[in-house]
Amino acid sequence: MKVYAFKQADLEKWVKSWTSTHKVYRAATQKSETCGAHAGWTEMTDGTMPPCGPAKSSVKTFYFPQPETMATFSAKKEDPDGLLMENQETPEEKQIVFGVRPCDGRSVELNNLPYVDDPFYQANRERTILVGFSCTEQKATCFCTQTGGSPYGTEGLDVALSQVGDVFLAEIITDKAAELVDNGDGLTEASESEIAELTSLRQAVEENPGHDESLKAKEMTALHGAPFWDKVAESCLNCGACTFLCPTCYCFDIQDEVVRGQGKRIRYWDSCMFPLYTLHTTGHNPRGKKVQRVRNRFMHKLKYFPDRFGPFSCVGCGRCIQECPVNIDIREVMVDLLAVK
Amino acid sequence: MPTINETITQEIRAKAKELLESKEVAAFLGFCQGSLPMTTRPFVARSPEEADKLVWNSFCVLNPANYLPELLKSLEPPRGPRDPAPEGPLPKAALLATGCWSRNIAIQIKENQLDRDRVVIVGIASRGMVDQRKIRARFPDQEILKVEEQDHKLKVSGQNFEEEINRWDMVRGNCLTCLHPDPVMLDVRIGAAGQERKNDTPFQQVDEIKNKSTDERWQWFQDEFASCIRCYACRNACPLCYCDTCFVDDSKPQWVGKSIDPVDTGLFHILRAYHCAGRCTDCGACESVCPMDINMRILTKKLSMDVLALYGSEAGMDPEAPLPLSTYKTDDPQDFILSESGAAKEGI
Ligand code: SF4
Ligand code: SF4
Ligand code: SF4
Ligand code: SF4
Ligand code: SF4
Repeated sequence: MKVYAFKQADLEKWVKSWTSTHKVYRAATQKSETCGAHAGWTEMTDGTMPPCGPAKSSVKTFYFPQPETMATFSAKKEDPDGLLMENQETPEEKQIVFGVRPCDGRSVELNNLPYVDDPFYQANRERTILVGFSCTEQKATCFCTQTGGSPYGTEGLDVALSQVGDVFLAEIITDKAAELVDNGDGLTEASESEIAELTSLRQAVEENPGHDESLKAKEMTALHGAPFWDKVAESCLNCGACTFLCPTCYCFDIQDEVVRGQGKRIRYWDSCMFPLYTLHTTGHNPRGKKVQRVRNRFMHKLKYFPDRFGPFSCVGCGRCIQECPVNIDIREVMVDLLAVK
Repeated sequence: MPTINETITQEIRAKAKELLESKEVAAFLGFCQGSLPMTTRPFVARSPEEADKLVWNSFCVLNPANYLPELLKSLEPPRGPRDPAPEGPLPKAALLATGCWSRNIAIQIKENQLDRDRVVIVGIASRGMVDQRKIRARFPDQEILKVEEQDHKLKVSGQNFEEEINRWDMVRGNCLTCLHPDPVMLDVRIGAAGQERKNDTPFQQVDEIKNKSTDERWQWFQDEFASCIRCYACRNACPLCYCDTCFVDDSKPQWVGKSIDPVDTGLFHILRAYHCAGRCTDCGACESVCPMDINMRILTKKLSMDVLALYGSEAGMDPEAPLPLSTYKTDDPQDFILSESGAAKEGI
């Protein structure tokens, strides 16, 4: 792996150079900046540095956009091929997402576990280059280290930038990122001492056992039947704020939308917090009660997903804690679950 | 000396304990402290011990009326859909109510969502709730780790800073223009009664947008709602939105598209606002809960302005008065109705 070193101004110049060949996105700083279908993100024209902590909206919008057109059809009566689904061509345009925090990078890998055979997710993965930024500072709501991640983690990233003193080091992790290097002329390779310093920063992150193993060891029905769920659920609004902002929530629904005879089959984000999510056509709803829905969100992330795939389906970014209108805090739920005998 | 809010907190706890101990109510709906600065959680105390968790401060931004119908239902003895209602009075719940919240309760009663006899309204005159977005905007590059409240100041601090700011400057937009901070009905009062406020331009926030040119207004609308993620927190926090299936969730017919296409998002917001016309009390819960900081409240505020102008009515102010949009009067202004002859005259 190649590692390059930059002064801030040179780094900004390098980043700016990508904008001539790629669509480059960064987190929006104002709501009016939002571009197209990527709420909370904007197209980047210069090399601004990201602020501390994760961006408000997660990177999942680039892998799992809402809406994603899955197929098209004609709904015109006179059309002989009417209502015949045609496969949508998968987009190939390259895109770069800049300033992604390690937690979001890791989320792309975690979502890849259930989506490994999903053609849309895979196509978007193919065309997206993630340029990460290690966290020299954490927010009070960050708990990546308790979920198996690290503020200096590189999982899921193509390039990892880290600040070491007043130098920025760029680790070129994947082959995909190599084209960015060709873009910048005369990049300076990092010295051995700079790389050693980064390694020591990375190693200094407290080794945390993560709680996934302890929860995996617990009986599912005991966690499911624990008495605290009613209290957790009581104030919940059953909105989509937590699930839609969460980088590792990946549920969707499918609808056909027809405008002037042209039909599209789209998929768009759904949330297990919504009553409609589990509603059957018979009218029966197996998760008809709020507490059942709230429990599902946390059990899915902290028990069902790890039982099936290994790690938690949570990267500890803290978005759901910050943005939940009624302050339901997944860290507290985790503590409650760990206390179940 | 304790602050006003600390005194109110003590009084709330004492009252809640009394009501729960005497079994007059089975539940007391208020707020408890959240895990982050500037947050509270709607909270139900069901025992005198739990009453000690109740708090009152400037960050009680959710509207408790939103939880009331469901809470009352949860207190009823369980029964099947075809079983008859149990005999005798059903358990009661108490809840905190400021001016706007009490008006929402009045509307819920009027709309048959609530049985007045099962509710004990614990009234508090609001001093205006604080908008945490305003505080965050005041300290854009710092993480706020603590906010301490005094009566007229807020002490905001983080890792390397501490600053005292004026509380009123941080108060939410809806509270700034509120005219009726005191509950319109109550059973028990906590703290001092509130005064009606005077304001010659209560709709100034609407006027600012109304006075723009059509193009500017369209731009404002597009920019304001561009980052909406359709999470429906605004809808779900609102005590007026209790339909079993909301029009946005229907798929047969599909009234409005489901994704974040700007046309669909705009349609959702405009229709939601219209469904609140004549009923919205400008409690600001919708705006306070939006994770994307969207000011959708301005749409319902515009409709309150229109309903006041057309019907002379302010939502929930008079618990006895009929609801303006579900009542017919022979002298209603009807110039907007298209009659056949009128249409012919207009050449339609
Ligand atoms: S559950 Fe919360 S903390 Fe975990 S990844 Fe999702 S938003 Fe982040
Ligand atoms: S959760 Fe960890 S990786 Fe994510 S922003 Fe916070 S410190 Fe960085
Ligand atoms: S936990 Fe919070 S953000 Fe999630 S659905 Fe409930 S109220 Fe909304
Ligand atoms: S629309 Fe908003 S301001 Fe009006 S009653 Fe509902 S939550 Fe309150
Ligand atoms: S709460 Fe905000 S983001 Fe969510 S639907 Fe309402 S306006 Fe959109």
